[in-house]
Amino acid sequence: MFARSSLIAAGFAIGLATLVPGKAEAHRRWLLPSATVLSGDSGLVTVDGASSNGLFIFEHHAMQLDDLKVTGPDGQPVEPKIIGAGQYRSTFDVPLKQQGTYRIAVASDGAMGFYELNGERQRIRGKTVAEAQAAVPAGATNVRITESSQRVETFTTLGEPNDVALKAAGRGLEMVPVTHPNDLAAGEPAQVQFLLDGKPAAGLEVEFVEGGTRYRDDAGIKTLTTDADGKVELNAARPGMYYIETSASSGEGDGAAAPQRRASYTAVLEFLPL
Amino acid sequence: MRKTIYFAMGSLVAAPAAAGELSVSVEIPRLRVAEYHKPYVAIWIEDASGKVAANLDVWYDVDLKGGEGTKWLPDLRTWWRRAGRSLKMPADGISGPTQGPGTQPLKFKEGVRPLGKLAPGAYTLRVEAAHEVGGRELVSVPFQWPPKRAASASASGSAELGAVRLTVKP
Repeated sequence: MFARSSLIAAGFAIGLATLVPGKAEAHRRWLLPSATVLSGDSGLVTVDGASSNGLFIFEHHAMQLDDLKVTGPDGQPVEPKIIGAGQYRSTFDVPLKQQGTYRIAVASDGAMGFYELNGERQRIRGKTVAEAQAAVPAGATNVRITESSQRVETFTTLGEPNDVALKAAGRGLEMVPVTHPNDLAAGEPAQVQFLLDGKPAAGLEVEFVEGGTRYRDDAGIKTLTTDADGKVELNAARPGMYYIETSASSGEGDGAAAPQRRASYTAVLEFLPL
Repeated sequence: MRKTIYFAMGSLVAAPAAAGELSVSVEIPRLRVAEYHKPYVAIWIEDASGKVAANLDVWYDVDLKGGEGTKWLPDLRTWWRRAGRSLKMPADGISGPTQGPGTQPLKFKEGVRPLGKLAPGAYTLRVEAAHEVGGRELVSVPFQWPPKRAASASASGSAELGAVRLTVKP
């Protein structure tokens, strides 16, 4: 089912033997905007960030906002106003002064891993694989380094939607619109495309879940698979906030010379009633 | 040469006399609610493919300071998506103040803004209303253009809108 070859072709830069769909992380991470369709000369959205099992429930951890980046309709950064974080959620405001679409993302790259020295397991962390490798002392064995790219995002639009902020950075897993992410309506099929390091990610498993999990018995997870172009169709029967998640990772790294790679992506999308 | 011009002008002069006319009446119901706000209303015409052929009217809080009144325009969800979000508000000739309960008679002439010229075909008149701390409703009345003879059609809302009546005249 999982098209290995195409993912390899889509390719991580670092040499990989195998590529398998990433296992879903223990908790869902999300940024929930107060509105996605706004009007007027200027506007404001307030956004909650959290990780949780239930959608969209504040029940586990507040989202770290160190890597928060808001991109405005002209592609330039917009300064969010961080309100703060409680136990379960963090909150910030985004002023909307320009007409168009804003991308609100917590995205980061990093490397982390373990090694053994004198029979003891040690943790290492770095911003890059090289940095993590440099931290491995001579004589260490069983070195395992995982390079990770993660992106958690959402979108909001003042006035007419535009595409400038939605351009792919070409790093990690990204979603680029076929249907604009702020032009989604319940009952209308929407299409999105997934890219892995800027290239179409075929055969990727994508989870699509309607919010409001507390008020139903069914987990409501729709598992979709991207086609050869990395595209997938989203069908929301009911209006509401939806969560989309996907990840991919390489096989076991076999030492510092061939680090494991992992990329994950989540977004919150609002489908409005027509 | 002169003759040609004369005939051309003749046909131009004749055109307005044959222009069609479209009358719309929109009933805004009296609502029994503790906190009443006059609804926002958008009136427009769509062609058979759902594309906006003419924006006829938008009633909102045009006089609020700093354009604050535009903040709730997306509550007119269908209109906002199909037309509103690509208009600069207030839009010339179509923006007007909100209206209280009662029936509003409106008249539009072919070739004159905001109706302009409609190509022959099937159309739908859409009237959408939303009010603060309230609901939203969309009422549709299909019609053919140009009409062969005077004709009327109507549809009714159940909450935010009362009767919507459309009369077309050749």
